[in-house]
Amino acid sequence: MLKKSSIAIICIFLFAFNVYASSDGELKLGNKEDTKEIKDCFEKLNRATFALNQGLDKAIIKPIAKGYRNLPDQVQKGAKNAVTNLSNLITIPNNILQGDVRTAIINTGRLVVNTTVGLLGTIDVANKMGFPKYEREDYGQTLGAWGVGPGCYIVLPVLGPSTIRDTAGSFANVLGGDPWYNASIHGNNEFLSEGVFVASKAISGINFRSENLESFDNLETNSIDFYASLRSLYLQDRENKIKNNQRGSVEIIYQDEEDWEEIDNK
Amino acid sequence: MKKLLTFIILLTLCLGNAQSIEPNAFVQSTVNRASEILSKNISKEKKINQLKIIARETVDIRGIGFYSLGSARKELNENEKNLYFSLFENYFLKSFSSRLSEYTNPKIEVRGEKIINKNYTIVNSVLVSTPNRPEIKIDWRIYTKNPNNPLIRDLIIEGLSLARTQKEEFASILNSNDRDIKTLFKTLEDFIKN
Repeated sequence: MLKKSSIAIICIFLFAFNVYASSDGELKLGNKEDTKEIKDCFEKLNRATFALNQGLDKAIIKPIAKGYRNLPDQVQKGAKNAVTNLSNLITIPNNILQGDVRTAIINTGRLVVNTTVGLLGTIDVANKMGFPKYEREDYGQTLGAWGVGPGCYIVLPVLGPSTIRDTAGSFANVLGGDPWYNASIHGNNEFLSEGVFVASKAISGINFRSENLESFDNLETNSIDFYASLRSLYLQDRENKIKNNQRGSVEIIYQDEEDWEEIDNK
Repeated sequence: MKKLLTFIILLTLCLGNAQSIEPNAFVQSTVNRASEILSKNISKEKKINQLKIIARETVDIRGIGFYSLGSARKELNENEKNLYFSLFENYFLKSFSSRLSEYTNPKIEVRGEKIINKNYTIVNSVLVSTPNRPEIKIDWRIYTKNPNNPLIRDLIIEGLSLARTQKEEFASILNSNDRDIKTLFKTLEDFIKN
C-alpha cells in the first residue's frame, strides 16, 4: 500500500514538473532560462521550515558536529570514507542511467577495492591506487541530466534545501534504488538493520556539518538574508553537479551576462 | 623626425606593455598582500581596515553593486543611485573584510587562467588545505577592459558565484517587500551598523 502511494506521489511529481519544465513541449536543459525559472513557490512555508531547521541545528546538530570534530582524525576520516564508499551504491546505478558506463565500471572497482582491502570502506585504498576523483551522483541529478526541470524550491524538515525534482529523486532511493537501504531495511540478515542505515545517514550528515562549521557561521554572520543565500548556493551547486562542472561554468554562473554588459556600457 | 617619431611610438608601446598587468599575477599579488595582513600580529580591527584598503583598490565595487541590484537598478533616480552606492560600498567592505579576517595566514596558490574575452579572464586558484579543511577551489573573475587596471568582479568558490548569491539575496529582499528599494536600503544600513 505504502509502495503504491509512493509510486502515485512520484507520478504526480513527475507530471507536475514535466508541465513546469517544458510547457512548450521541449526540454529546457542547457537553456539559460532553465536556471532562471526556479521558483520559490512555497516561500512562506519554506522560511518557516528553515527556521525550524535552524533551531534544530543550533540545539542538536551543531553541538554534535563540534563534538565529532574532537574525535581523533583517523576516526573521522574512517567514518567519512565508509559513508562515502556506501554512496557508491547509489552513484553506480546513476552513472549507468546517465549513460556513463565507463565511470560506473570505475566506481564498481572502487567499491570492491575499498570494501574489501579498505576494511569496509574505512580506508580509501582506491584513491591511493590512483583511481580518478570520485564524484557522487544521485537520482535527482539523473532526472536533471535527462532534462527534467527542478520544479519549485522546497526546504525539507531536518534534510534542508531541495527541489521537487531532487525530492522525487530521493524517493527513488527508498523504492529500490538504494541497495544499502534495501539490504538494511528489507534484507534478511543479522548484521544490518534499520538502525545501521539511520546511523550511516546520520554520520554522513554530521560529517558534512562538521566540515562546514566555520563556513556556515561566516555565511550567516555576513548575510543579509541567510535563507536566500543558502537557497542560491544550493541551486548553483545542483546545477553544477547535474552538468558535472567541478569548477562551475561561466555559462551557468553568468546566466544573466547582459546585466554586466549593461553596467559596462554605462 | 621619422626616427624621433618611431622612438616615441616604441617608447609608448614599451611603457604600455610594462604597465599592463597579467590577471594571474594581479590575483597572486592581491592574495599575497591580504595574506601578509592576515598573518600580522595586529588587532582584528586593524586587519579589517587594511583589508578594506586592498578591496577598494582591487575590486570593482561599483560594478558588483549595480549587478547585485538586478533589474531594480533601472528604477532608481540619481539620488537613490548615489545613496545605494554609498550603502553598498560600506556593506561590501564590511562583509568582505569580515569574511577574510576569520582566516589566519591563508595560503592561496594561483594555478592557471582562462581568457574568456577581452573583458574577462578567469584565474584559477586553490586555498591550500589544512588539517581541519580540505583544499578549496577558488576562481576569480577578473575584469580586464583596462589591462593596466584589472579588477575583481566575482569569486567563484567550488563553482559557487558570490556575486550571483548576493544578487539573489538582494532580489529576495526586494521581492518580499513589494520591490520597495527603501527596505533594501534599511537592511543594508542595519548590517553596516551592527
